[in-house]
Parts: sequence; C-alpha cells; structure tokens
Amino acid sequence: MFEMLPPALYLILGALLIALTKGNLRTLVLLSAPLATLYAIWQVPDGVVSTAPFLDYTIEIVEGSPVRRLFATIFALTTFVGGLYAFRHAKGYELSAAMAYAAGAVGVCFAGDLITLFLFWEFMAIFSTLVIWSGGTAGARSAGVRYAVMHLLGGVILKVGIEGVVVHTGSIDIQAFQANNFDTWMMLIGILINAAAPPVSAWLSDAYPEASPTGSVFLSAYTTKTAVLALILLFPGESILIWIGSWMIMYGIIWALLENNVRRILAFSIVNQVGFMVVAVGIGTPLALNGAAAHAFAHIVYKGLLFMSAGVVIMHTGQHRCSDLGGLFRTMPITAFCGIVGALAISSFPLTSGFTTKTMISVAAADQNLTVVWYVLAAASAGVFLHAGIKFPWYVFFQKDSGLRPKDAPWNMSLAMFIFVGICIGLGVYPEPLYNMLPYPIEYHPYKPGKVLFYLQLLMFSGLAFFLLLPMMKRTLTISLDTDWFWRVMFKKIWQVLSGAVVSVTVEIVGYIDLGKQSVGRFLARYFAFENNGAMARAWPIGVTGLWIAVLLSAYIFNYYI
Amino acid sequence: MSEQHWLVRESTIRKLWIGLVVVLTLLVGAQFFIKVKPNVGLDGSFGFGAWFGFISCVVMVVVAKVIGYVVKRSEFYYSEDDNV
Repeated sequence: MFEMLPPALYLILGALLIALTKGNLRTLVLLSAPLATLYAIWQVPDGVVSTAPFLDYTIEIVEGSPVRRLFATIFALTTFVGGLYAFRHAKGYELSAAMAYAAGAVGVCFAGDLITLFLFWEFMAIFSTLVIWSGGTAGARSAGVRYAVMHLLGGVILKVGIEGVVVHTGSIDIQAFQANNFDTWMMLIGILINAAAPPVSAWLSDAYPEASPTGSVFLSAYTTKTAVLALILLFPGESILIWIGSWMIMYGIIWALLENNVRRILAFSIVNQVGFMVVAVGIGTPLALNGAAAHAFAHIVYKGLLFMSAGVVIMHTGQHRCSDLGGLFRTMPITAFCGIVGALAISSFPLTSGFTTKTMISVAAADQNLTVVWYVLAAASAGVFLHAGIKFPWYVFFQKDSGLRPKDAPWNMSLAMFIFVGICIGLGVYPEPLYNMLPYPIEYHPYKPGKVLFYLQLLMFSGLAFFLLLPMMKRTLTISLDTDWFWRVMFKKIWQVLSGAVVSVTVEIVGYIDLGKQSVGRFLARYFAFENNGAMARAWPIGVTGLWIAVLLSAYIFNYYI
Repeated sequence: MSEQHWLVRESTIRKLWIGLVVVLTLLVGAQFFIKVKPNVGLDGSFGFGAWFGFISCVVMVVVAKVIGYVVKRSEFYYSEDDNV
C-alpha cells in the first residue's frame, strides 16, 4: 500500500504543470517541485515503504536506504539548480522534459524491485531523448535518434536479463548479483550501456554536445549516475567492472585530449569520471562503494558546473570550438572563475570535493592490494587535470585573444553556478555532511599531510607537462572517429550494398521470367534502396512509426484472441 | 602594448613561469619534511607524485597524438552522411 507518495511523483506533476503554465508561474513550479521532492526524499525511511500490485507481482515503488537517498538528493538538487540556471533561456518543453527525466532518475533511486527499476529506466530514456531534441538543430535531431535507439536497445537487453532472473529465480527483488549466467550478464550489459561503457561509450559524446546549452547541464547528471547506482545495488564487487572502468578512464582522457569541441571534451570526461565509479563498484569493499557514491555526488555537481560555464560561453559567443575561443576571462570573469573551480574539483585538487571523494577509491584499491589499478587511478588523476582540469579553462578563457568580448553570465546563471561552486569548495573543506550520508559508516580522513603532498605533486607536475607539451596539443578542426563509426557508416554501407544487390538480382530474375520487371523491381527500389531514399531506408516521423507500432500491436492482440 | 591586459603581458607570463618553478621545487623539497606513506611499493620513491604525474601526462599526450593520426577526420565527416 501507499504509505507515502513516491518522491518522483512530485517531479512528474511538476513536469506536467511546467508544460501547462507560462511565465512566473512556470518558474515557480520549476523551482518548487525539486524542493518538494527533496523534502519527500528525506522523509523516506529505510526499507520498503510503498507497494502496488502489478500483473501477478507486488512491486515496491519506494524503498529507502542511505545510498538511494544520497543519489536521489543530488538528482533533486541538480534539478533545482539546473532549473535556476535554465529558466530564462530554455524552452518550456525542454524544462518539462528535463523534469520528467529527473523524475525517472529519482524513481530508479527508490525502485525496490526490478520491474519498477525498469519502468523508470525507460521513462528516463524517453525524456532524455526529448531533452536532446530540444536542442532544435538538425544535428540534435539525428543525434537524438541515435541516442534513443541506443537506449531503447539497452532497455531491451536489461529487460531480457530481468525477465530471465524473474523466471529462473521467481524473485523480482533488487539484490546483489554476480554476472555468472545469461540472465545476469544481460542485466549487467543493459546497465553498462547507460553507464557509457565500451564499446558503446560513443553515444554520450555524440548526443550530449548536441543538446541546447541548458539541456546538456541536465543530461550530464542523471543517466550515467543512475547506472552507477544500479551497479552499486545489483553488482557490487563484480570484478570485471574494475577492468571495464579502467578502460573508460583511459578512453575518456585520450579522446578528450584529441577533441576540439568544448562540450565534447566535457562529455568524454564524464565517461572518464564514471570509469572511476565503475572501478570502485568492481572493487566492492564498503570503502570503495562509499567512494563510488560520494564521487557520484561530487561529480554531478562539478560536472554540472563545468557544463554551465561552457553553456554560458556557447550561448554568448555562438562558438563551441576551442580553436575559435580564447581570452574570454577579460569579459567573463564570473563564468571563468566558476569554470576554473569546476575544473579544479574534477581534478581532485585539495580543498575541493573531488579530493575528499575520489581519493577514497584509490585508498580502497590500495587496501585490496590492487597495485595495477592503483597505478591506473594515479595516472588517470594526472590525466584528468590534463584533459579537463587545465585544458577546458585554458582553451576557453585564456590561450589567445580570440577577439570575442561576450557579456558575462546573467544573474540567474551566475547564482546557479555559485551554488555549485559553494558545494564544490564546501565539501572539499568540510566533507562530513556528505560522509554522513554514505551507505556504510566510515572513518575516512582525506587530509593526511603525505597524501596532500602526493596529490599536489601529481597535479602540479601534470600542469607543467601540459604547458611544456602545448605545441603537441595544437587544436585542429577535426573530430575523432569512435565506435559509433560502425553504426553510422559501416552498417549503413553494408545495408546499401546488400539492398542494392537484392534489388538488382531481383530485377534480373523478374526480367528473366518476364513478369514485368517494372512492378516488383520498382517496388524494391522504391522501398529498400538508399539512393532513391526508399521508404524502409529513410527517416520517418515519430507519429508514423507510432502508428505502425499501434497497427502491429493491434494485429498481434487480434491474432492472440482468435 | 599598453592596451594589453596585465595577465597576458610578457613580463607577467615570465613571472608566472618563475612562480610555477618555485612552487614545483618547494613541492618536491617538502618531501624532506613530510613523509609520503607508500601504498603499493614504487610510490615510496622520492618525488613519486612529481615524476609519475609528469611521465604519465607525457605518455598520454604521445599516445593521444599517435591515435589521432588514425582516428582524426574532418569536422564534416559525418554531416553529409547523416540522414537519420
């Protein structure tokens, strides 16, 4: 029974109201719904709170635990601060979609069973796609389609896994699994797709930079981090995650180093940062899981801050390439300052939230004698400073005088950024409030003199390396191929060749038996060939697709009953 | 030259470099007074953070450069093809 309303419901109602209102009333809803959600989140006690019948199961819509409240808290907080940042500039439908997307994320946080988790998971996929489409450009439209296909595919794989588990164990409970059979592997793969793990990390850097400057702030927060939470709940200590996470860490750094698009640099660095969390879940000790949760919290804040800073720059200059930017510190001191704080936090500089959270993961690796992992994490900490910590502020705000003299951030965007600056530094100086929210009680002291010295050496010498190697990092007007090449180019070429071959062979056959090659041949050429923009080979409006799905489903149901 | 922002003047940049070298020297020198507890072995060596951080960055930049020769394409590589 419903002992209390699910916290996600406040955001769903908020999303609906935002769609129906305008002006100040809409702003009021936009800012108050996340705060009401935040209040609701902290009313959720440990254990199952709300249940409901669904098919033959009793689903648990709300289940509380410290780690669930921690993730839900930061999601709701980001929705509030993101709303403050966006309300004067974003379109109403973008804000509405963003809030529904946040509702999905908060829903996943409190999902007490696999069915509820899946439902909110798909809810996120739908509304995050709408946030990308709200970018409004042709690039946003096509990136959104690729994003949706990837996430719906991930959802199907997750569903296969969940159904397998339910059929074979009879339980829909969320519990710790090991990837040791087909069902659990499918679940793990489905979650990892959302975490932007290899080989499909490219969906993230493809889609997020195509959203509007305000949209990418929301996008940076929810999807990958709900995947981290799902991994913490379902696959703690699954050792393969250590290696998958390590790959993500290094991939993120290298591809970010090659990149010229400001937001794409930040997108690659999300993959890199989520890699740290995935490694931590793979280590699986209480300290490591605390590290994953704490790092996710801190990461959402400083990554949001970085996307906000980049968003102001893109909005006021219309430029998104490092090679076109530079020297903006002159007229954008607030945006530059906030961007630099975000950059220092992501680099785990002492006195920032990155230092008090990410270092937990390294300590957990050392405690388990995972020597190679420890070296990877140490090298990656240096690499983070290199690819995001210095590269982002340097190319955007310093580097050279691009001649651009844009205005600084408007008051609401500045205020939103300063709230996040406050959290980045606040949790760096006084992390105890965050530590008290972690899933396991811990005794962790980040500020040991030796450790601080080690990290300062590591980071400052990375800085030296950056400036000495600047000539090698000259920006070029290029993109870097990624695994999305397979589905954007190779699969398409194969389809073109195959469909072309089928068409010509069929035309030949039809010609031979003299049944009028016009009709069948033209039919195939018309519907399947790329070069003629054939019906099966071109993009269709969603409405038409929806109609066909409805027709097929109706036919299926009809068939089922007769 | 007088119109240049003070931060981008040659003299300021020289001072920043001197400042950086001083800070780096102090950070390595500080290890004579502050013990860095080794976790995994090699990190007990003197100035580990400094040399490991520097070398890691050089390796990553070089690796990125080499990978770049293979994967870098024109910005418009996909734009003609994308019709989804």
